[in-house]
Order: sequence, then C-alpha cells, then structure tokens
Amino acid sequence: MNLQRRIAWTVLLAAVAASLAAGWLTHHSYAEQSRDFISAPPSSQFWLGTDELGRDRFARLLYGTRVSLLLAPAAAVLSTLIAALIGGAAGYLGGRWERAVTSGIDLFLSLPWLFLLLAVRALLPLDTSPLTSVAITFALLGCLGWAAPARIIRAGTRTLINSDYLVQAAASGIPRWRMFWRHLLPNLRPILLAQFWISVPLFILSEANLGLLGLGVSEPLPSWGALLRELENYSAVFQNPWMLAPVVLLVVVVSCLQLLLRTEERVPC
Amino acid sequence: MLTRAAMALLLGATLVLAGGNELRFCLRADPKTFNPLLAEDEPSAAIVYLTGGVLIRLNRYTHELQGELATTWKVSENGRRIDFNLRRGVRFSDGTPFTCQDVAYTMRRLMDPALHSPAADSFRSGPGEEETKCTSPSSATVRFPAPVAALAAQFDQVAILSASSPKKESAVLGPFELGEYKPGAYVLLRRNPNYWKRDANGRPLPYLDSIRLEIQDNGDLELLRFRRGELDLINKLDPDKYDQLSSQMPHAVLDSGPSLDWEVIFFNQVQNAPLPDYKRRWFESTDFRRGISEAIRRQDIVRIVYHGHAHAAAGPVSVANHFWLNPALKPGSGSDTAALGLLERAGFHRAGSALLDSGGHKVEFSIITNAGNQQHERMLALIQQDLARLGIQLDIVVLDFPSLIERISRSFNYEAVLMAFTNVDLDPSSQMNIWMSSAANHQWNPNEKSPATAWEAEIDKWMQAQNASQDPRKRKADFDRVQQIASDQAPFIFLVNPDALSAVGPNVKNAAPAVLFPQAYWNAERLQVNGNLVSRR
Repeated sequence: MNLQRRIAWTVLLAAVAASLAAGWLTHHSYAEQSRDFISAPPSSQFWLGTDELGRDRFARLLYGTRVSLLLAPAAAVLSTLIAALIGGAAGYLGGRWERAVTSGIDLFLSLPWLFLLLAVRALLPLDTSPLTSVAITFALLGCLGWAAPARIIRAGTRTLINSDYLVQAAASGIPRWRMFWRHLLPNLRPILLAQFWISVPLFILSEANLGLLGLGVSEPLPSWGALLRELENYSAVFQNPWMLAPVVLLVVVVSCLQLLLRTEERVPC
Repeated sequence: MLTRAAMALLLGATLVLAGGNELRFCLRADPKTFNPLLAEDEPSAAIVYLTGGVLIRLNRYTHELQGELATTWKVSENGRRIDFNLRRGVRFSDGTPFTCQDVAYTMRRLMDPALHSPAADSFRSGPGEEETKCTSPSSATVRFPAPVAALAAQFDQVAILSASSPKKESAVLGPFELGEYKPGAYVLLRRNPNYWKRDANGRPLPYLDSIRLEIQDNGDLELLRFRRGELDLINKLDPDKYDQLSSQMPHAVLDSGPSLDWEVIFFNQVQNAPLPDYKRRWFESTDFRRGISEAIRRQDIVRIVYHGHAHAAAGPVSVANHFWLNPALKPGSGSDTAALGLLERAGFHRAGSALLDSGGHKVEFSIITNAGNQQHERMLALIQQDLARLGIQLDIVVLDFPSLIERISRSFNYEAVLMAFTNVDLDPSSQMNIWMSSAANHQWNPNEKSPATAWEAEIDKWMQAQNASQDPRKRKADFDRVQQIASDQAPFIFLVNPDALSAVGPNVKNAAPAVLFPQAYWNAERLQVNGNLVSRR
C-alpha cells in the first residue's frame, strides 16, 4: 500500500470513526435548539458555532457525516451490484441480448429521474420517520444509479470475452460457469471497484442536490446535503467562514475517494 | 493613448445606456393569460394592473377609493346598484373612444358563466343576472340581483375592455400597453400614448417610456442583477435576502410593515379523509387545536425565521388592516403549561416523555409544506421543538408544490399543513371563499354540504350578514364575531403576518412601496428612472 492510499484510508476511517463517536465527541444533540445563541460564532461551548436555529454545527456535522458516509457507500454497493448483473450478463451473452440491454440503458439514462425521486418522495407515507426516509432516498439513488456503470461493465465484459486467453479457455472446453467464476469475474474486479468508488461521491452529491431542492433528509436529521443548504446565503458565508466546514469535509472525503480510485486502477490484477 | 482607447472600447462593450426611461424588474413566472378578466396568477395580475384601466381604484398607499374612469359613483339599493359618471374624452390605446358601451360589454363578459372569470366571484352574491344600462354615453348603471358587499371596491379588479376595438383585449385604458412578449424571457410594456391622466403640472402620465418585466424564477439571480444595477426594483424580498441587501445597499431596501398575508397551520377535518379514527378525533377537538396553537412560540418565529420582519398573528386580519382588526384577539402565549392544560382537558396525558391520548395512542402527526421555502422549513423546525417539549412528535414532510396541492384539495391524504395565504384585499368579503363552509377554499374541510359543526354554521351566518350589509359599523361588528369564533375554535392556527419587504434602486424616483399588491410599483404611472450607465455583461 503506497503512502497516498494510506493517507486516504486514514482520513476516511477517521471521518467515519468521528461520526460514529459523535455521542462522545460532543454533548450537544443535532436537534437541540439554543434559541438565544442563533448563528453564534465558534466558542468553547459550540466548536463550529451554531446555525440559524441555534443548533450546534459541530454536532450536526458529525451526525450528518454518519448519515452521508454510511448510506452513500451502501447505495454505491447496490448500484454496482445491479450494474454488474445487467452489464455483465449483456456483455457475456452478447448478440440480441446485448443490443436489447444497451438500448434499455440508453433509454434509462435519457429519462428525467429527478422527477421520479420527487414522485417517490411524494408517495411515501407521511408518517415515515426521517431515518427511514433518508434510507429510502439512498436506496432509490442506488437503484437509479446502475445504468452508466452497467454500460462500462458491459464493454469490459465484452473485451474480456474476446480476449485471446478466454477464447483459448473456451476452445479447451472449460465449463461456462468455471470460465465465468475463475477467469471473467476476477478480471472484472478493477472495473467494479472503480465504479463503486466513482458512485460513492456521486451519491453524496446527489443527496446534497436533493437537499438543495429541499427534498433531502427531513428535519431535524442532518446530512451533508442539509448542511450545504446553508451556503445558499452566500453573504453570510463571507462573514462566518466556519460555515464552510461541511464543504471542506466533503471535498476532503471526495478527494480521498478519488485518490483510492486512482491507486486502485494502478493495482495490477 | 492606445491603452486608453482599448479600455474605452472594452468599457463600451460592457456598459450600455439603460434604455432611456425604462423600468426593469422581474416576474417569477410567465403570465398565464393577457385577458384581464381571467388573470389569477401574480404575473398576469401584474400586467393587468399596469395596462388595465378601471372605473375605481383602491389607492394602495392610503387605502382609499379613487375615481379613475369613473369621475363619481353612487352605491344604492343596499348594495345592489351602482351608478357611474364616466370620464369624457378618454381613448383606448388604439384610439377607440371609451363609452358606456364598453362598461356594459365588460360587465357582460365578466359575468358570463362560461368565462369563469375569478374577478366575477366577488359580484355573485345571489341567483340572477347582472344588468348594465347606459343612460347616456358617459353614465352607466350596474344592477346586481343581490347586495354585493363593498361593491365600489370590487371594481378595482375589473379592467375595462373595448366593445368596438378590432384589437380586442390588446386595446387598453391603463398607463401602459403590451409591446412585446418573449415566453420565458421578458414582457415589454410600452407607454400608452392615449393615457388620459396628467400630473399636477399638466404633464402627461406615465413618466416612464416602457417597463421591461424579465421572467426570472431564481431569487438569487434577481438579487445579483439588482445589485449590479440591471434591475430597478424587487417587488417582494424574503427576510434573508432583505438582510443580505440591507448590509450592502441600506438605502435600497424597505420594510413597509406587516402585510395582509398569513402563515397558517390547519389540521385535516375532512369527513372521508384517509385518517385513523383516533387522529380524526384529535383534529376535530377544539382543545387539541388550541393546545397546539398555545404551544407555538410565535415570537421565536418572528425573531429567528423572519429576523424581526414579521408580526405574530392572532387571527385572520393582519395588524396592517386597522379598520377590520379585532383588537381583542391575542396570539398564542407559547406557554407549555397553558398548552398542556388545554390538551389535558381534551383527554391527553403525559406518560414519561410522550403525550398519549385517552386511548393510549402516542401523539404523533405529520405536517406537510412546500419544497424550496426556507422560512417554512425553519418555522416547522422550531414548532417541532415546541411540540416536543409537550411530548408530541411532529414529522416534517417537504413536498413539491403540485403534490401538496393534490393532497390538500383532492385526495385529502394529509394530517396537517403549513401554508401561506396571500391576501390582496382589505375587505373581509374577499375571505368569503375561505370562511363559508360551502366554499372550495374552506381548507380544513372544503365544500361542506351543510356546516359540519355549530361554530361553522355560526361563522357562515356572520359572514353572510357582513356581506349583505352596507353599514361599515355593522359589518365590522359581524366580522369581529367571525374573528372571535375563528380564534376560539382554531381551525386555522395563525402564526405570523410577514412584513412586505421590497427593494428599490437609487435611480427610481417617486417610489413609495405599500403593503398591498403590487407593493413597489402600485404607482407605476408616476415612477421615473434616470438614464444611467449600467453593466450588461
């Protein structure tokens, strides 16, 4: 493991650990409103100040990180699995199956999925708890995010199928399941991992975008998307630069994920 | 020298002379219609206000009625009849003369049931048809089948159409006429060359040559363009943007005081709504609704959400509406003890940190509001904590606007709603469509065949009584009773009346923003804009 990978893993694990240890790191709840201390600057009581409702920004950042950093990888696993199944099958089977799946992917990518997200949010029972609602949002993002990776996985599978060593393996009479399990899947691993690492920041940002539309995580649960909404008031950001803490954390985490992705691509199969 | 010339050229490319005496501001959406009798949405209403000529105008600043195309008028037969003396020598923008026939034609079109004009609802006070008679080219008599409350004031909403112009609705009597419309981009209004009004010095009005209404739904971009001098005014600002702007352009912003608008919460009391029986019983309980109202700390909402630019509301009349306000009403105290007292009276009790009803059900309900409204979301976050102190769990659900409307007006699949109501009229007759139990906008239980409760029947009675009377003192007394019942029964939990906040650029002269629509340009005919260099990059 090279130094860059180590740094990236350390930072990511530190972020996850801090978010899981939020209860020990701060005695404030993410929902508690100190109405006499609205928009307060950082102090010994509130390390990152308070938001416009008097809630501790540090507590909200920790709990928001927990929501975004745990659910985004889960959504990425889901979308990569769906993509692997659909893209892999299309590439492996080839012919009309491949053409049908490719057309299906193109159609899927051309649809305005934001409206589906809005519609599903509107159809959810109104007494859905904030936590369930955010889990459904990420699950939905995972279910909708498979199309672009599936196209890449299909192309990768096709290239592998046509490679000399697999043609030779097929000619030597190896059963199809063994060829798939022993030769194809291990060689698809870098592509699958790359798609996973690409999807994680994508889902974090998608949730942030939904948050900016006011349709992300319900109050009072924080998420990075909900925290980023505060930056709409950009004149306040200049006066209170500590409001940028979620952006800094988002950039650091996404950079670490990109770093892992790049180093992953260089790891020989 | 060469450098200076190059700089001059560069400046020439980025700076242009603002189009003479042109006023620029934004509409939040395209106007849905240019037919003045069908205008319902705010962009269409803005264009009707600027282009339409009316018989009587409500002065948005003094709240007094002024003669426009009618020099004098007289209401008689207990509000069934109104006689107008019409201004002579007035011409439509296309040169067609204005006569009594135009008034008769307009009234006929307005009251045509097939047209479904929203402005006509205020005149429909009983079965039968309206009749307009022209006793001479300059005098008209309009008679209605039943008394119409505040009859003269209702004509503020009726732009007169030409009966004979080939240009139909494009021929107007207001200060401006429609010049150009590019959907999604702008509406250009040009000065009406035949406008009849002159200022005290005999100078023809309007002073402006044109008004350019940019279609812009993004408030941040609107603010940015205003700062850069590309826009001359912002008609409605939210408190965040008001504060942003006031720190940079303190002389441009204006808080005109509390508006007539409401922010309210109401519970679903529709009989066939898909609600569990125990929740229906909560929502139908007056003490439950009053307990919730009592627990909400409105002063915190005013201070934290509106930064002081709002007033705690006690009832359906804003403190800005001095005549109709019932001063006996007080906003909820925000006291947990008082709230718990009311809830206990309704059979609720504390069990640990939760509040339970008499059947042992934990008190938890959802409240929906529209996406993209930060004030609503912040208000609900505060209310969520206010109710949590009583052991009530409030689930906040933010929905896109069409979904919200579908739930509250068709499927009735909701528990509670936070909504803003825009009120454009001082007179309580404009609230008939909300308070009458049979009305479609009787939001907590619309279109009741007969009043569902005794207090709703009483509200119906007093609303009809004030609507049928022409005596302002009696109408006031009747409407005070309506306000008192509304306060006692709390079908609407009134939260705040937001202030009317606007911004007017330093180049605009004679601006005097008011609380009534259209706040910053109600006197558009007297506004002036200095020609100046502005950046148009």
